[in-house]
Amino acid sequence: MTQALTFTVNGKTERIETDDPKMPLLYALRNQLGFKSMHFGCGLAQCGACTVHVSGKPVRSCSFPVASAAGEEILTLDGIGNAAKPHPLQLAFIEEQAAQCGYCANGMIMQAKALLDSNRSPSDRDIKRALANNLCRCGTHQRIVRAVKRAAKMMA
Amino acid sequence: MLNQPMNRRNFLAMSGSLVVTFTLPGAASSAPARQAGPVKTVALDEVDGFLAVNADGTMTVYTGKVDLGTGIRTAFTQIAGEELDMPLNRIRIVEGDTLLTPDQGATISSISISRGGMEIRQAAATARAALIGEASKVLGVAPEQLATEDGSVMSRQDGRRVPYEKLIGDRNFSIKVNAKAPVKDPKSYKVVGKPVARVDIPEKMWGEFSFVHDFRLPGMLHARVIRPAAMGAQLLSVDDAAARRIPGFVATVRRNNFLAVVARDEWAAIRAARAVKASWSPWEGLPEKERLWDHVRATPVVRRDVTLNTGAAEEALKSAPRTLQATFDFAINTHGSLGPSCAVAEWKDGNLTCWTASQQTHELRKQVAEMLGIGRDNVRCIFIEGSGCYGRNGNEDAAADAALIAKETGQPVRVQWSREDEHVWEPKGPPTLLDYRAGLDQNGNVVSWLADAYVPEGQKVSRTTLLAADLAGLPKDPAHTGSIHQQLAIPYVFPNIRTVAHRLAETPFRPSWIRTPGRMQNNFGTEAFLDEIAHAVGADPIEFRIRHLKDKRGIEVLERVARLADWQPRTGAQRRSGTVVAGRGTAYIKYELVRTYVAAVADVEVNRRTGEIRVVRFHIAHDCGQIINPDGLKNQIEGNVIHTTSRTLLEEVQFNRSTITSRDWAGYPILRFPDIPEIAIDLIDRPTERPWGAGEPTSGVVPPAISNAVFDAVGVRLRSAPFTREKVLAALRRV
Repeated sequence: MTQALTFTVNGKTERIETDDPKMPLLYALRNQLGFKSMHFGCGLAQCGACTVHVSGKPVRSCSFPVASAAGEEILTLDGIGNAAKPHPLQLAFIEEQAAQCGYCANGMIMQAKALLDSNRSPSDRDIKRALANNLCRCGTHQRIVRAVKRAAKMMA
Repeated sequence: MLNQPMNRRNFLAMSGSLVVTFTLPGAASSAPARQAGPVKTVALDEVDGFLAVNADGTMTVYTGKVDLGTGIRTAFTQIAGEELDMPLNRIRIVEGDTLLTPDQGATISSISISRGGMEIRQAAATARAALIGEASKVLGVAPEQLATEDGSVMSRQDGRRVPYEKLIGDRNFSIKVNAKAPVKDPKSYKVVGKPVARVDIPEKMWGEFSFVHDFRLPGMLHARVIRPAAMGAQLLSVDDAAARRIPGFVATVRRNNFLAVVARDEWAAIRAARAVKASWSPWEGLPEKERLWDHVRATPVVRRDVTLNTGAAEEALKSAPRTLQATFDFAINTHGSLGPSCAVAEWKDGNLTCWTASQQTHELRKQVAEMLGIGRDNVRCIFIEGSGCYGRNGNEDAAADAALIAKETGQPVRVQWSREDEHVWEPKGPPTLLDYRAGLDQNGNVVSWLADAYVPEGQKVSRTTLLAADLAGLPKDPAHTGSIHQQLAIPYVFPNIRTVAHRLAETPFRPSWIRTPGRMQNNFGTEAFLDEIAHAVGADPIEFRIRHLKDKRGIEVLERVARLADWQPRTGAQRRSGTVVAGRGTAYIKYELVRTYVAAVADVEVNRRTGEIRVVRFHIAHDCGQIINPDGLKNQIEGNVIHTTSRTLLEEVQFNRSTITSRDWAGYPILRFPDIPEIAIDLIDRPTERPWGAGEPTSGVVPPAISNAVFDAVGVRLRSAPFTREKVLAALRRV
């Protein structure tokens, strides 16, 4: 049975219909609302490529039931900044050239944002711990750590 | 010469929506595989194959090589922009479209710069000469008085200039690539050799970049393939009653053992795939995992490739007063792209168009045509960047899945592989077994070197079997393993050498090339065994390597890495006391013995109690000739180090007698942030030398450098990759 759900994405109210409340939020965002910043990586909350924030907390949207997002505020990579008004993390990742394929970058930035929300001057160790459950297969880790540090300095 | 009819405009009007898929999100209109009317040439010997100057003053570069996350899109922009003095922001690259781009070979073997980039450079140099020739007529100035600058030809006499688009805009050059057209003097380079920022990174950070996973067509359906329960199982029966009840269900597609569900939306396809009850025959045709190497050794040899034969190695070994021998193995590895493979296909009027992240769209086109039983001209494959690709992973298979289902249903179809599809069903880097023997004389000189590799046979053409064709019982290629015989021959000068790749009749899983195929595994054995010899004769491992090299550039990378790492000569294992023990080891490679040189020093810590190895730091000296983009190069080297450290310490495909049991990242762990090494790099730039690639060579030094560092720390040799805690503890118990 089809049901309607309402939540906000990047401050804008969105309404979607689904016949399966267990459908992961990822599919609503990508296929129904047309976002492409969050990526499908595993569907198992193992890699982090799909990370978005739900009411201020990073979640793995590939495994987060869409029904649980009802009434919540969702923040995506597109929502934290853009070319016209970039977020320091986005700028820092560009300045450090912290990508190879960049498929993981969404998750890296959204997870790092959660870290910086609670820790304004993280050490390398803090950053590595915070990103321990975000996988990068190209081996861009060192640049990502530098980018997060740079962003923290920009935000200080 | 520059006055051919304007046929490109027609063509661009037809296909413009495709070439802008990188910048236009969401739905793009489709185009037929076969175009009516004149089409752009894709000839490798035509300037028009590679380059077009557009009427709006921009330039398009067409290349069969594709950016797999390595940054070659940016490097090609630099190469073309440099040669033609065109501002980089006015250059667009079209990659891997079988209708538009020349077939420059698959994007493999770290040859995108050395082959692909140099073909572009020569086409651009030819174009520049032609533009100067044309401007000479227009301006009435002798060619030698003309220069190029900022997308224009300029008179040195009076400063008058004419922009390229006024000379040729939207028209064909209609000239052959001139291999002798003068290229620029590297001393005058403005953008080549500079750390130009990657063209794709900003969009990727805004979340606006369109990966192949983001490509959509109007009316597109979503499919999921249901895989056999055991790898060689036969499909006995299908009950899709429950799937049919899922809203959005469209069809079940079955062809022999190929089974898929199609739905109107992606989640419905996933649910429907789960709801289908498929019954498969039992099958237990895989070898016992615990006895994999016995199985490899017992597999019949169908061919012996002698990759180096100097003197009489067997005889010299027999008469040597002292001999050493060791056996090495490297586990079955998965490519493990972070984003599972994905493709979209459309079947229209007997033509198949496929959007894919394939690293070899030109080969894929042939394979899909064969599978579907249609002509090559009826298939068009168009590259759209996917998740990082480290060899022939599942991209081509997802494309074949989509092609088959699109033809069966007559509708545009998107196939997104699951994590399990990727981990279990992408082709694997095959198991590698290596036997080494060496003979030493009374003075400790190596008089004989023998290496024997046991690796699967493969066809000559760089294509591996399409999974869909295999499951559906349709025409298919045999498998290709990548050139895994490479790097078995050695760069060192010994009087008697014989290296042989024994090609085996079969291997447990569908093989393909995996980043640094053969070179990673074979160089592990070679450089670790060489270290054993250096230790046996009481030589410092770096000095020992240098002593047996004649190649100056090879010697230089070793000397430079020794300086970078502040290497102190050592002639035996340190065997320091304590629970956590530090050590360092070295390794060297000259890629395929003909190009890129890399030397490494690895610093490790070994925990004697837990068996854990921590790779603390890698030092790399790297010479790939002329550097196009030093920052892009460093990014690749860093990636090689981390990626291969992961393979060396952790990675191994697990399986039972029926199927692969490493089905996700929990079952196939890779290196995570807390465990990544620091990386120090010394780049050797040689602007006047030919540029070579860097996508793979550094991977060849990582496993042996770590193994040799562990020996330095605790005095045990690790000869079986990955170096798991269990193996380290077992090795420590043996001393």
